Amino acid sequence: MTELTIDNLNVWFGHGRDRVDAVKGATFSVEKGESFGLVGESGSGKSTILRAITGLVSTWSGQITVAGKPLGPKRDRAFYKTVQMVFQDPYASLHPRHSVDQVLGETLYLHGLGDIDKRVSKLLDDVGLGGKFRFRYPHQLSGGQRQRVAIARALAGEPEVLLLDEPTSALDVSVQAEILNLLTDLREDRGLTYLMVSHDLAVVGHMCERLAVMKGGEIVEVMSADALRHNQATHPYSQALLQASIGG
Amino acid sequence: MTLLDVENLWVKFPTRQGIFDAVRGVSFTLGRERLGIVGESGSGKSMTGRAILRLIRPPGIVTADHITLEGQDLMTLSERDMRDVRGQKISMVMQDPKFSLNPVMTIGDQIIEAYRLHSKSTKAQAYDKAIAMLEAVAIRDAARVMRAYPHEMSGGMGQRIMIAMMLIPNPKILIADEPTSALDVSVQRQVLSIMDKLVTERGMGLIFISHDLNLVSEFCDRVLIMYAGRIVEVCDAANLHEAQHPYTRGLLNSLPRLDAPRKRLEVLKRDPAWSEAPSVGGRQ
Ligand SMILES: Nc1ncnc2c1ncn2[C@@H]1O[C@H](COP(=O)(O)OP(=O)(O)O)[C@@H](O)[C@H]1O
Ligand SMILES: Nc1ncnc2c1ncn2[C@@H]1O[C@H](COP(=O)(O)OP(=O)(O)O)[C@@H](O)[C@H]1O
Ligand SMILES: [Mg+2]
Ligand SMILES: [Mg+2]
Repeated sequence: MTELTIDNLNVWFGHGRDRVDAVKGATFSVEKGESFGLVGESGSGKSTILRAITGLVSTWSGQITVAGKPLGPKRDRAFYKTVQMVFQDPYASLHPRHSVDQVLGETLYLHGLGDIDKRVSKLLDDVGLGGKFRFRYPHQLSGGQRQRVAIARALAGEPEVLLLDEPTSALDVSVQAEILNLLTDLREDRGLTYLMVSHDLAVVGHMCERLAVMKGGEIVEVMSADALRHNQATHPYSQALLQASIGG
Repeated sequence: MTLLDVENLWVKFPTRQGIFDAVRGVSFTLGRERLGIVGESGSGKSMTGRAILRLIRPPGIVTADHITLEGQDLMTLSERDMRDVRGQKISMVMQDPKFSLNPVMTIGDQIIEAYRLHSKSTKAQAYDKAIAMLEAVAIRDAARVMRAYPHEMSGGMGQRIMIAMMLIPNPKILIADEPTSALDVSVQRQVLSIMDKLVTERGMGLIFISHDLNLVSEFCDRVLIMYAGRIVEVCDAANLHEAQHPYTRGLLNSLPRLDAPRKRLEVLKRDPAWSEAPSVGGRQ
């Protein structure tokens, strides 16, 4: 079953002379329970695709379908129960004066869920934080702990799809390993679908079954992680990207 | 040949909970080589680099038995003499060129000003030198770049311009603190090969600070691995993947690898003994 379909997606910013076509004719689909990667150089349009899906950018054309429903210009509450996003910099995405308890409590409330106290503590357990972090503020957390809070917040409404934008790029490799393991476990336990952006091919190779390679707003190739590992990229740009990232 | 000799370097910060030791008794030498310093964030890499140039701001305190550059102990120099060292003998490139370049001055004017600060020369001579410097860091349309402002440059261009500026006084030592961390892999390689050429052709010593083990292993000659302000292991860069210390091994094993897929990644288990053990010497 297909969870997410992107069909001929165009996204632009600005008008006339200043117009930037950030995404041009992107097409791919992600199966339910699948993890799909987006790779490419900075500025190639990866984040813009995620932002168009979650409704953070409204200047787009084409078709986006989530769980069988085509998306219009506005996202309703039900959409955010299905799709959630996790950003690269959890510090910027957490309110500095809200404790972990407030962040998660409010999110649960906005999703219209009851039993908030119990759910907050369950969420903290699920992301490996536990109760002692409940009343801390973002500045009292390490980068990895903040990213766990951001993941807990994304999980609060029990979504089906997580859009992950460079979720571990700002973290040390040791902490990255912990967060990637957490994401692997959560996907398995909850049957989540991931669309994951990363500039690190090894991370995408580890986390995803398939990936799309982007260049200048266009998808130049969609391939399996197996093909990536066996150096079977067919487009010259993907080959160059692979070469540069494994060195030599 | 030893260019720099650092003995028992400490960097301390007074905090409400008492003195925090960011760098704890680090010793190493630098020859005409590419010396990598790796470790997690907070391990003291940047403070080590900055302390050599005595760029730690108060209330931070730097102590060392000596930091010797060509027979001269930098620890004993006046702030005024230290400024000459910073300009002429040791240069430092930071992670983000955007914060190091003046946003309201053209790149050309900045390079020319930097050059004339260090050498008595006419504006025309300085201009020619600036063009030559930009060409040395593989910038093709140097004349156009001279007229541009920093915000008009991509990250990779900005970083190359920074390196060009740092090279103008022809320093003996370049300290590069995560110079390529903000760049795409393809651009990263270009910047690295420029630095590489400078080490080989000019006999410069390079201290290359990075959190990227693969990069350091590929690019450097020798590597110091730092943990909690100490050097826990020193190895030849080419043999980094055979490193022995459990911390280094843990970092290496936590990396996902395209050639060795596995379901879960190995997680680093920290041993308090790592931060208590004395620093390993990084002398060559
Ligand atoms: N809000 C915006 N206004 C104008 N241009 C933008 C905006 N957001 C992104 N862009 C441009 O769109 C292109 C794609 O950006 P992005 O999707 O962030 O790339 P990536 O995530 O692959 O690094 C870039 O050229 C970027 O400068
Ligand atoms: N002004 C300061 N006051 C207190 N601690 C500081 C200060 N500046 C840096 N530190 C601490 O010094 C340690 C080493 O920092 P740094 O050398 O920047 O680490 P790295 O470059 O390896 O990431 C860190 O734990 C950091 O929090
Ligand atoms: Mg992005
Ligand atoms: Mg640093």
